[in-house]
Parts: sequence; structure tokens; C-alpha cells
Amino acid sequence: MDCFSWSNGLLEINETLVIQQRGVRLYDGDDKAKLDVGVALLSTHRLIWRDVKNHECCIAMPLSQIIFFEEQAAGIGKSAKIVIHLHATPANKEPGPYQHSKYSFIKLSFKEHGQIEFHRRLTEEMTQKRWENTPASQPIPTGTGSQAGRTRAVGIVGIERKIEEKRKETDKNISEAFEDLSKLMVKAKEMVELSRSIANKIKDKQGDISEDETIRFKSYLLSMGIADPVTRETHGSGTHYHLQLAKQLGDMLQAPLEERGGMMALTEVYCLVNRARGMELLSPEDLVNACKMFESLQLPLRLRVFDSGVMVVQLQSHSEEEMIASALDSVSDKGSLTAEEFAKLLGLSVLLSKERLLLAEKVGHLCRDDSVEGLRFYPNLF
Amino acid sequence: MSFEWPWQYSFPPFFTLQPNVDTRQKQLAAWCSLALSYCRHHKLYTLDIMEAQESPVFNNKKIERKLSMEAIQVVFEELRKKGNLEWLDKNKSRCLVMWRRPEEWGKLIHQWVSKIGMVNSVFTLYELSNGDDTEGEEFHGLEDWMLLRSLQALQTDGKAEIITMDDGKGVKFF
Repeated sequence: MDCFSWSNGLLEINETLVIQQRGVRLYDGDDKAKLDVGVALLSTHRLIWRDVKNHECCIAMPLSQIIFFEEQAAGIGKSAKIVIHLHATPANKEPGPYQHSKYSFIKLSFKEHGQIEFHRRLTEEMTQKRWENTPASQPIPTGTGSQAGRTRAVGIVGIERKIEEKRKETDKNISEAFEDLSKLMVKAKEMVELSRSIANKIKDKQGDISEDETIRFKSYLLSMGIADPVTRETHGSGTHYHLQLAKQLGDMLQAPLEERGGMMALTEVYCLVNRARGMELLSPEDLVNACKMFESLQLPLRLRVFDSGVMVVQLQSHSEEEMIASALDSVSDKGSLTAEEFAKLLGLSVLLSKERLLLAEKVGHLCRDDSVEGLRFYPNLF
Repeated sequence: MSFEWPWQYSFPPFFTLQPNVDTRQKQLAAWCSLALSYCRHHKLYTLDIMEAQESPVFNNKKIERKLSMEAIQVVFEELRKKGNLEWLDKNKSRCLVMWRRPEEWGKLIHQWVSKIGMVNSVFTLYELSNGDDTEGEEFHGLEDWMLLRSLQALQTDGKAEIITMDDGKGVKFF
């Protein structure tokens, strides 16, 4: 029995499963082994036994250990057995359930039959000696063997080791994942370079390509992203960086703002800008700081903070009076409106339309009805 | 004659305290005048704040809106500031409503006395509020405490003097 080592029960790369049989009890010589009934597995390289209930309890021995084996017929109250005679156990063997044994043979007792087929297959494997043909993978590779031995360590130490191993595994996975990401970023830089060079070429060859096509191509490039995003690397940190960033924002936000009626929530701006920037993502803080520069740079944009704390970017030309007047018009038209209804009417976000209604209320054009049905705005008839 | 509700009564925002200061002031003014004219119509002199919430004044069942307790308190406080209301207890749960302030009542009574040429003569309080002569006058049926307050107001102005008599109180007008 001392020929068995603890195993994780997994087959090696070159190893193939030949047969498996349930209901097998192991005997150390003539004595019953201190193991329960389990499954005996025969592979091209090893004889493996696994406890039927506790799958962690798994032992294996190389077939090369076997000298010869014989059948032992069943008797009254006795199951059929295969007796396996073994070489002396090598000294450097991995730990197993038995460190010493006075017997040089083991027995497999077949409680649920199958011994005939098992015997036949074992004979086949012993004559073919397939484990010798694939020496690359040793019958019991020391790596897994020792690992199996270590995981078997009981108590807190065992658990700690398992956790440590898991952590190492995760670490490896994470660093691999980030390696991919940094490669992608390098590629993204190349993409930006490429688009810029194309843009330059177009500029040079303006005569060859029609004006219309140039514009269309440029708009494709723009929709792909900003050709040369302002980053902390290129423009340093602090005020200068925010100044440059503000200028770039001014250029890129003009069109979307006009499309959306002159006002966008800062969150929306954030998404739009970062989508355009691709890899050089902007932090919310940098965006706010850049937006605060609009006024000092005399750009046609303004950052506006509503009383509720909602921040928006709006065109300077976007007049407040007009906004209030339009809100009053819509509300008078419908009799009363909730922010949701107003948003639907204007195609704006609910948040922004509510801000407009609140603004109109603040100047006294509207008044509110706060009931169980929600907040409604009415023309101020008071 | 049934009570005539103002237009605001069927305007839902009327029942929400407006956050805009200017709007709120107009709203409160409308509430005060509604509350007073309602009390006047129904000759109410005291109000219980808990009952007020259920009364039709602050609860418009037709449009399913009612003024919240806090808002009612704000309206009452506004009335108090204007001198039309006085709390009867510290918890501010009951109050006197004076849809006419004592000075105004006093003025009315004095006008009537001058009209019938009875200046410098003495009246009993009962005569004034329940006598046959005052029937048809607005202050007919005025509650005693209110009448006394009005006369006290006149007295401070030097237009009347309250005299204690054997069977109650009397008043002499100047």
C-alpha cells in the first residue's frame, strides 16, 4: 500500500483513461485498507483510486510499479479480487496514505463485480506498456504530486495555502488582462497618427479630391474621435492643461449643443467627450475645471449651475428669457405640465426640462401643484 | 345665499405652498381673504386647526386637493400677523378668528350710534348685540368677547367709556 501517493485525480496530458469500476475496496496485503469503498480507475499510466464520497481523497500509483497480478475467485461472503504484486517502493516517492507497509502486494476487492473486464484491461496495459512510449509526461509528475501533497495539508495552514494559491492565480490573470489593454492603447495611438496623416494628405491634395468629399471624409474622422486629444502628457498639468482642454471642448461641443437646443447636462457632455477621445479618457474633475475656463477664454460656451446643483454646458447665445418664455408658452398651451411631459414635448432630458420649469417658476411665470400625482406646473395666475 | 368660492379655490396650485416668494405672498393673501370671508359667511368666531383641515375651506373635494397642515399653519400665522387671528392656547390648536378687527367693529358701532343721534348716552352690552334697535346692523349678534374688545378699542381712542353696572356692563359713547 505504500506505493500509493496522494493525487488530484486529474489525468496528465498524454494519459488516457482505460476503464473505471465502482465499488472497489483496497487491501494492504491481506488486511483491509483504512479507506472506504471507492472507484478504481485504470489509465495508460496509473492505477487510481478515489473515495466514493470524498472526491478530494484520491490516491494513485504508477503501473510501472507492478511486477505481476493474478485473479482471486469469489467465495461465500467474499468478493472477487485482483492481487497485484509490486516492486519495492522508491525512496523519493510522494507522500501517500501509507508510509510503510509490511506487504509487497495489494488487493482490489470488487464489491460490485467488473473484475473480469478490469483484469483484461490491466493485462492489456501491462503488455502494451504505453507509459514507456510517452516519457515526456511521467506517470506521476512530481509537480502535481507535490502540489496535491501540499493541498492535503490540513487545518488553517492548508486553507491559507489554498487562498494564497488562488490569489497568485488571480494576480496572473489580471496582469495578463492589462497587458492586452496596454497593447490596445499603443494601437490606438497608431490609429490617431494614421487619421492625422490622412487628414494632412487630404489637405495637400485638396485639388484632386472634390471639396464635398474632403468634408465628408473629415466628418468621418471627427465622428471617430478627436484626432489629437489634449492630454496631461502633452499639455502638462494644472491650469494650462485645463485651458487647452477648454479650447478643445469649445470646438467639439458647438455642433452637438446646437443640435440639442443649446443646452446639455454635464453628464451628457462627459459621455460625449470621452466617447470622442477614445483611449485618452478625461476625469470628471478635469472636465468641470475645463468648463469653468469657458468664460475667461471668452468662448461662446458657459458652464451653468442650477439652484438644484445640476450642472449644464450651454451656448452663450442661448438666452434665458427665451427659455423661460418657451416654458411658459408650453405650459399655458397645455394648461399644466409635469417635467416628464415637458421633456417629451421638447425632446429634452427630464432633468433639464425640470430645470427650465423651475427657472420659469423662479421668475414667477409658473407655479406648482405638488400633489400625490406628482409635481405639476401651472401658469402663475396669482 | 350660498358662499361664493374665489377662482383660486379650483386652481390646484392654490393648495401647494408656492416656493417663489412673490407668488407665495399673493397666494397667502388669497388664502387669508378666503378664510376670513368663509368665517364671516358662516359667522364663525373660533377655529380648531385639526377640524380646519377637514372643513371645505381647506379641502376641495371636487379637485381632490387639500392644504397640508403646515400650510394651514402658515396661513393662520399670516392671519395672526394681520391681526385677524389670536391663538387660544400655547399649542396653537385653537384660535379666535376676527374677520373684522376690534377697531373695525368699534368704528361700525360708533357710526351707528352717531347715525341715530345717541352719542353721550349709555347702552348695555346686551342692548347693542341683541337689542331690537340693532337688528339689521352687522354687529347684531356679535359675541360678547368680541363686542367688549371692540368697545375697548373705542375706549383707547377716547370715543367710548365702559361702565361697570349692577347687572353687567354698559358703555357710554362720545
